Amino acid sequence: MTQTITRIKQSASSIHNKITKRQKPSMHFPIRALSNVKYTPKRGFFELRGQKKVRTLTVNTVKTFAQTLRLMSLSKELIEKDDIATKREAYYVSKNWGDARFDEQPESDTLMDDVEAMFEVNREQLGFIPEEKGGDVAGQLVVVDRDQDTGKQIKIDCTKFGSGAYSIPISVEHLKFETKAKFILVIETAGMFQRLVKHNYWKKTNCILISMGGVPTRACRRFIRRLSEGKKIPVYVFVDGDPYGITNIYRTLKVGSGNAAHINKYFCVPNARYLGITPQDIIDYKLPTHPLKDVDVKRAKDALKNDPFIKSHKEWQNAINKLIDMGVRAEQQSLAKHGLNYVIEKYLPQKLKKPNSFLP
Amino acid sequence: MTTKKAVSKKNKKQSDHAPKITAHDLAKGQREISVSEFFTKNRHLLGFDNPRKALLTTIKEGMDNSLDACEEAKILPDIKINIEQVNNAEGRFRVTIEDNGPGILKSQMPRIFGKLLYGSKFHRLKMSRGQQGIGISAAGMYGQLTTGKPVLITSKISPKKPAHHYSLVIDTQRNEPKIIKDVEVKWDTKHGTKVVIELEAKYQKGRQSVDDYIEQTAIANPHADIIYINPEGEKIRYSKTSKELPVEPKEIKPHPYGIELGILIKMLHDTKAKKLQSFLMKDFSRVSAKVAKEICKKANLYEKARPTRIAAQEADALYKAIKLTKIMNPPTDCISPIGDELIIHGLKKQINADFFVSNTRAPTVYRGNPFLVEVGLAYGGDLPEEGLIRLLRFANRVPLQYQQSACVITESVINTTWRNYGLQQSSGALPTGPVILMVHLASVWVPFTSESKESIAPYPEIEKEIKLALQECGRHLSKFIKRKKKAAEEIKKKSYIKKYIPHIGIALKEILNLNDKQERKIVNTLTDILERSRS
Repeated sequence: MTQTITRIKQSASSIHNKITKRQKPSMHFPIRALSNVKYTPKRGFFELRGQKKVRTLTVNTVKTFAQTLRLMSLSKELIEKDDIATKREAYYVSKNWGDARFDEQPESDTLMDDVEAMFEVNREQLGFIPEEKGGDVAGQLVVVDRDQDTGKQIKIDCTKFGSGAYSIPISVEHLKFETKAKFILVIETAGMFQRLVKHNYWKKTNCILISMGGVPTRACRRFIRRLSEGKKIPVYVFVDGDPYGITNIYRTLKVGSGNAAHINKYFCVPNARYLGITPQDIIDYKLPTHPLKDVDVKRAKDALKNDPFIKSHKEWQNAINKLIDMGVRAEQQSLAKHGLNYVIEKYLPQKLKKPNSFLP
Repeated sequence: MTTKKAVSKKNKKQSDHAPKITAHDLAKGQREISVSEFFTKNRHLLGFDNPRKALLTTIKEGMDNSLDACEEAKILPDIKINIEQVNNAEGRFRVTIEDNGPGILKSQMPRIFGKLLYGSKFHRLKMSRGQQGIGISAAGMYGQLTTGKPVLITSKISPKKPAHHYSLVIDTQRNEPKIIKDVEVKWDTKHGTKVVIELEAKYQKGRQSVDDYIEQTAIANPHADIIYINPEGEKIRYSKTSKELPVEPKEIKPHPYGIELGILIKMLHDTKAKKLQSFLMKDFSRVSAKVAKEICKKANLYEKARPTRIAAQEADALYKAIKLTKIMNPPTDCISPIGDELIIHGLKKQINADFFVSNTRAPTVYRGNPFLVEVGLAYGGDLPEEGLIRLLRFANRVPLQYQQSACVITESVINTTWRNYGLQQSSGALPTGPVILMVHLASVWVPFTSESKESIAPYPEIEKEIKLALQECGRHLSKFIKRKKKAAEEIKKKSYIKKYIPHIGIALKEILNLNDKQERKIVNTLTDILERSRS
């Protein structure tokens, strides 16, 4: 934490020095976009390439420049006081800054991401936390947390939530795990997660179920990463068989995102594997489908062309091309066509027999 | 073909049974239609389509006549317009138009106001407001039709003589005035004319209103003094900004290129010339002996032939020969522009804007008729930022109010690329922005698209001249807008620096635990650095 403060101070004093020398100060940020990331399967996640943008203080940048500095000052204050502010709260704090206040939260979020990238830390280290919660967990896992007041250890048994689930907190660095589960099944939709929880699927197969609810949050990714690495458990991902499920949800979980490339190192799950729904599943299981919309096709073609992850895996290129050729997509819950519990009785057992066939 | 046959068969059958109608029978149904009667039924052609427009047209015709008369007599016009609501009737108004013009001879008065198509302006080619001699009598007739009241005219031609007062109605059958009252009256003025018409009308403010029309007339006639009392009793005075009468337009003979075959035949009939060659030389402008001979040769006509004989048989050949002969353009000194300076004076008088520019083009010719285009433009100030620009159209100093979209002026403004001059414009529309644009077309014969004189026909020569004038004004406008933008950016830059630099000071002070003095130094240094820099 003090390291972050040191960096903030270094950056501020270099700006101060420039001003004293009557020079225009500037800040350097890595460009946060898919075009500025590289992917090496061995390292397993998106990493930043060198491209940086420079924000030199001019009449046109004076507002953002001032706002960035005030945000850095707020961060320093939070760390010193060992406090946190949600992204929304930080936005409201800025309302005290007179003319330098943010008019809308997206403005403060963007600058927050800039600061994060500039110092190559994550926003939690800056004292800022997101609003969104991390995801739901059920199954053969004990999470070791500590009491907020006393600091005493608390053990949370994820088998004891009945029809409910344990909710992944915003910050997961301090958590410890106890488990003997054989695998982690990560699920896209809350609906499918509910079905598996209701039928105690984790008990039958000795696994941990995690629901992402769409694109996984940083906390969710970090939680799965620490759990699977710490306990050496494989991660299988079960999402909709469509371009969004593959190139947004699964890809982000496994290797991170372009926008957060500076922190992907921690917020990704390189050993995740894709269980389904695969384009081949649509054929093998005769799944009911919907036609691909124009946006789906565009997303798929974009990924083939620009996504470094897809581009370095032939299997994925084949699968996506197949999907485009078929012109259809299938949801997880389309398995219900063969009976509501077909997914538990047939689909998952059959799939889990050959984990080596899972897509990378 | 088959249907046609069937029809004719059927007709034949019918006519077999029906009683025969002879040419004599049909002849009984034929009778002369008086012009007044024709216009009674087609009053929309003259601008009396509805009560609101009728009021405008009446004012317009009255003012046109007054201004024309004053200018011809070289008198600076003082015009009074009064519109009163007649007490006992809803939608009934009494319009009084009074001028200090030369007055009208007693003998002429009934015909000018009580007979359609009676005027001095139709048979000549001279720049004037009125052309056909329909206007004021049509207004009187409209009043008579809607209220049954006669037109009241008072006129005085000399301080030494008493004024004459007539009360007239038009016999719409015969197109003749009927005098109801004919008296001498006392009128305390040197000379002038006063017309009172009572009519069914509607008074409404806003676009195309009488108020608008009078204001625009004042803009285009800076030498006129106009007093206007509206139905609400408000008195508005538009004082003269120029004490000089416009240069008197000269009357010219028609140019051979501008003439149509029918008119050529009529001229051949009416001419006093005995020989074809002298007819061409005397009755047209720009026809020299040499050109006349050339025309005759091309038409294969004897140059000493009698014009009346040509009219009957060989007019067509003559007409074609004229088109084939190269003839010098007509003289253009017959046009009297408002002038750059007075246009700007006129605009400034009525509009509070930041920038004014005007452009008067040199006269040129369409179809043998000399014409000239002038443009005036006002930008910024009190004019509204939002919405389309306001376009004021004038023909021979008369504002055109209706049929904007059918007019060559509008078309030319739309077809000019205003984006090049700093205004926004979507395709096929007028530009938007805080602009009043006035376009004036002056000509010995303005090619209106209809008798109500509301829009000008799209001759390519006219469109070209309008566009050139617009472009010239546009170039000046764009310079002004650029300068203004630059100045605005300079101000924005200053305020930006003032607003945000202190926050850089605060943040650095907080992070680096600086003292107040250091903070002040940061703010001062940065302000200095940024104000010196260009970006």
